[in-house]
Amino acid sequence: MRPTSLSRSRFFRTALFGAAALVAGLLVDTVPGRAAEPIRIGELNSYKSQPAFLDPYRKGMQLALDQVNAAGGVLGRPLELIARDDGGNPGDAVRAAEELVTREKVDLITGTFLSHVGLAVADYAKRRKVFFLAAEPLTDKLTWSDGNRYTFRLRPSTYMQVAMLLPAATAAKRKRWALVYPNYEYGQSAAETFKTLLKAAQPDVEIVAEQATPLGKIDAGAVTQAIADAKPDAVFNVLFGPDLARFVREANTRGALDGAFVVSLLSGEPEYLDPLKDETPAGWVVTGYPWYAIPTPEHKAFLDAYQAAYGDHPRLGSIVGYTTIKSIAAGIEKAGSTDTEKLVAAFSGLAVDGPFGPFTFRASDHQATLGAYVGTLGVKEGRGVMLDPVYVDGASVLPSDAETAKLRPAAD
Amino acid sequence: MSLDSLLFQAVNGLASASGLFLVAAGLSIIFGVTRIVNMAHGSFYMLGLYLAVTLAPALSPWIGGAAGFWGGILVATLAVALLGALVEMVLLRRLYRAPELYQLLATFALLLVISDAVLFLWGPEDILGPRAPGLSGAVDLLGRRLPQYDLFLALAGPAVLLGLHLLLRRTRFGRLIRAATQDREMVAALGINEALLFTAVFALGAGVAGLGGALQMAREPANLAIDLSVLGDAFVVVVVGGMGSISGAYLAAVLVAEVKALCTALGVVDIAGYAFNMSRLTLVAEFLVMALVLILRPHGLFGRPQPPATTRARAEPAPAPLGRRGAVLVLVAVALFAAVPLIGQFFAYAPVLALDMVIAALFAASLHFIMGPGGMASFGHAAYFGLGAYGAAFAATRLGAPTPLAFAMGIGTAAMGATLFGWFCVRLEGVYFAMLTLAFAQIVWSIVYQWEEVTGGSNGMFGVWPQAPFDEPAGLYLAALAVTLAGLFLIRRVVFAPFGFALRAGRDSSLRAEASGIPVARVRWLAFALAGTLCGAAGALFAFAKGSISPEAISVGRSIDGLVMVLLGGVQSLMGPVLGAGGFTLLQDMVMRETDYWRALLGAVILAVVLLFPSGIAGGLRRAGNAR
Repeated sequence: MRPTSLSRSRFFRTALFGAAALVAGLLVDTVPGRAAEPIRIGELNSYKSQPAFLDPYRKGMQLALDQVNAAGGVLGRPLELIARDDGGNPGDAVRAAEELVTREKVDLITGTFLSHVGLAVADYAKRRKVFFLAAEPLTDKLTWSDGNRYTFRLRPSTYMQVAMLLPAATAAKRKRWALVYPNYEYGQSAAETFKTLLKAAQPDVEIVAEQATPLGKIDAGAVTQAIADAKPDAVFNVLFGPDLARFVREANTRGALDGAFVVSLLSGEPEYLDPLKDETPAGWVVTGYPWYAIPTPEHKAFLDAYQAAYGDHPRLGSIVGYTTIKSIAAGIEKAGSTDTEKLVAAFSGLAVDGPFGPFTFRASDHQATLGAYVGTLGVKEGRGVMLDPVYVDGASVLPSDAETAKLRPAAD
Repeated sequence: MSLDSLLFQAVNGLASASGLFLVAAGLSIIFGVTRIVNMAHGSFYMLGLYLAVTLAPALSPWIGGAAGFWGGILVATLAVALLGALVEMVLLRRLYRAPELYQLLATFALLLVISDAVLFLWGPEDILGPRAPGLSGAVDLLGRRLPQYDLFLALAGPAVLLGLHLLLRRTRFGRLIRAATQDREMVAALGINEALLFTAVFALGAGVAGLGGALQMAREPANLAIDLSVLGDAFVVVVVGGMGSISGAYLAAVLVAEVKALCTALGVVDIAGYAFNMSRLTLVAEFLVMALVLILRPHGLFGRPQPPATTRARAEPAPAPLGRRGAVLVLVAVALFAAVPLIGQFFAYAPVLALDMVIAALFAASLHFIMGPGGMASFGHAAYFGLGAYGAAFAATRLGAPTPLAFAMGIGTAAMGATLFGWFCVRLEGVYFAMLTLAFAQIVWSIVYQWEEVTGGSNGMFGVWPQAPFDEPAGLYLAALAVTLAGLFLIRRVVFAPFGFALRAGRDSSLRAEASGIPVARVRWLAFALAGTLCGAAGALFAFAKGSISPEAISVGRSIDGLVMVLLGGVQSLMGPVLGAGGFTLLQDMVMRETDYWRALLGAVILAVVLLFPSGIAGGLRRAGNAR
């Protein structure tokens, strides 16, 4: 044992040196960025936890950014993107947002993928009065029950995606439905919305099985078997990513869904469809993005530019990233300024032309009317494709402005 | 629900059980001999899977589909085993003399590095491997179709179990492993080459994990999230079975898999008039099983009490009290931090980051209190952080309580949780204690995650902003600083009080402490409750700082962050957790701006710290001070 006095002075030195180092680090770390001449867009997203979606997303953003800047920027100023990882959780996300706003002095913030992160950042935007364009989170709460003045959303919400599938679901005239969804808000609310809408359209349906599986950890064999045992004649699926691949493979091997009609959310998005290759379940009616089958000139131009830039086909993430930047450019152009209040006013009713054609940001609930494609899955040359895809305009599946007002009690 | 379908689901469960067993067996072997809590074990499993889905299609054109599939699995297994050996020789071997659990820090860093390496090599998209040639169909059983591959897996688990059993019972290598599991010093004293044995054991454990991953090729796509999701399962199975017991691990794997299969099979059931969806329980089934088993059998199903770790490097020096000069210096340090809001006029982000550092410091210090002086490494400390945060958020938003009252209610919630769970936990030792705390944390997490009406479910709660005067960044920061300082002061007081001495006595020799009249269990219980309470204060501050709270605050990741902070700072010093928390928060903030490969960067920095200062930052500073 060493003498106490020595260990004492060592303790002091440790304490003082440590504290000084921490404060010094704090200062170095928080030096402000350089003065703002370009328009600075702060972007935060879960790049590490959702790379499959967000890698193409980033490429899409970059492409739009390059196009806008090559055309002379907005209001004569170039756009500059400052991207941050939000750590996939609201705590880090709010810090990243504060860093963007206070240290980088960005003019507005955008991004986010996960619903709870989107909601937390939206709440931050409301409190700090910062303009926030939520690119991807799907939760209905973001624009409805927890909507706020400063938050707009681009991608079609959970409700919209479910509503897009409803015509196919009711047209099939099946009676015994089984539901399978990941056990968190997105899956639960998709299942609830589907049940409500389906029962309204077809009062005599029966829900014979409901499987809520842990996200990313589905026990696919047991789940497919439990569904097969309930003998449904139709299935509504909300699983995506690795869960979907496991589910599909087990269902194929076991013949668990033979004869059942399946509608499935998001499964036509290349992010989730590509890995299935020749095991793609033919006949499922899905929402998604058939980049290979969209003949419109807007999309053709986007597709060519994207493939020229990256030598790869776009994913839905690319569309979202690209359209996000285009929306922001259009909004700033219309506002004639980067002032938050002027941006809010400009985005209300803002019309944007994207690769999917024109859409608007509704003034009533700040939701973009960007749509999605609905089609039937099939296999072509060993890979999964959507057959006969039809574009469903977001405006056609959204409730009217009057109904929206009731769904959105808290906002301005 | 017919008997047939239940029976069929039970057979189904055996296939899942084999998968669980393979990843757990390797972990159990490694822990048994080296006492390393291998956080990178799931990464070995992930690497096995990725290598297999790459190798199998690559080999098939050369040697045929079936040979390619099985050859891919074999090569993947061997490659992962080789990597395991390499990791042991290059990295872990340097750390055996460091205080216990430091290897955890190193393997955690490894987990970060491997996860980014896989992203770099294989890209972000999921890769679905080929089906097993010859086993891609299904067999008819009970009028249902069971995939042949599931049948194969259900048999593969017991086959590996038998193989490992023979290896351990019938070979010299196995005898050495068993001997080392029981008494590693004695094995060394008998002239066995310990280094070689450890390398071999680590390679074996990693190889079995790699095999487990490779075999899943026919069932699940290779994806970047499996390393962590598998890790949790593996720990549960190992602990339920009893650390170091291979057959226990198999039994536990079967138990966990069957409980899950049952929950899935039951689906929606009516309980007392309420329709309850049993499938939602699969989210937490394994942790419920673990909590129940550990409460009834503190060493798992087949485990034996751990032999006391005789390698506690040296008796650590008793913490030294502050003198006058020290007090002055600490005041200077405090003043530096208190002045941060003034800097904030020039560096607006400084108070934001400083607030996170201060909250992390209280979180880490409260964990260190039970880990260091208490000798109880909790793997579920985030539970109390989360309870504090949710308690405060609920009071502030749903009950409309004023900020100070909501803050107090958060602390109260955490205190109740810690008192309740602590009562069960403190009866356990070492890694079993750690795992029971983890189980409780996961149970709390799953309740919060699913109790939509009260906690907001997976989205959490938002709009939890504090009222004046705490609504300004500086106001909240100063309040948080005051709370944290009070907490640190309290911890320091308690450590120097007779209670702290009793706590350390219980840690160093619980038998002697009992004999001298110290009620060890009660002392540990109180310490646990105090740590949980202070942690709850940190959590409540967090909720107000972020304006929102979500289930991540209770997740395993948060608990691991706490452990990393404490270990990074140094377990043997009261300054350690504060330095570790500040350093880790700062580091994370810096590297996260590098959105490309920041996890690998974070891992590399942690590895560097671990290798340069095997006793944490505080230990390193201390050594530097001594050298002068």
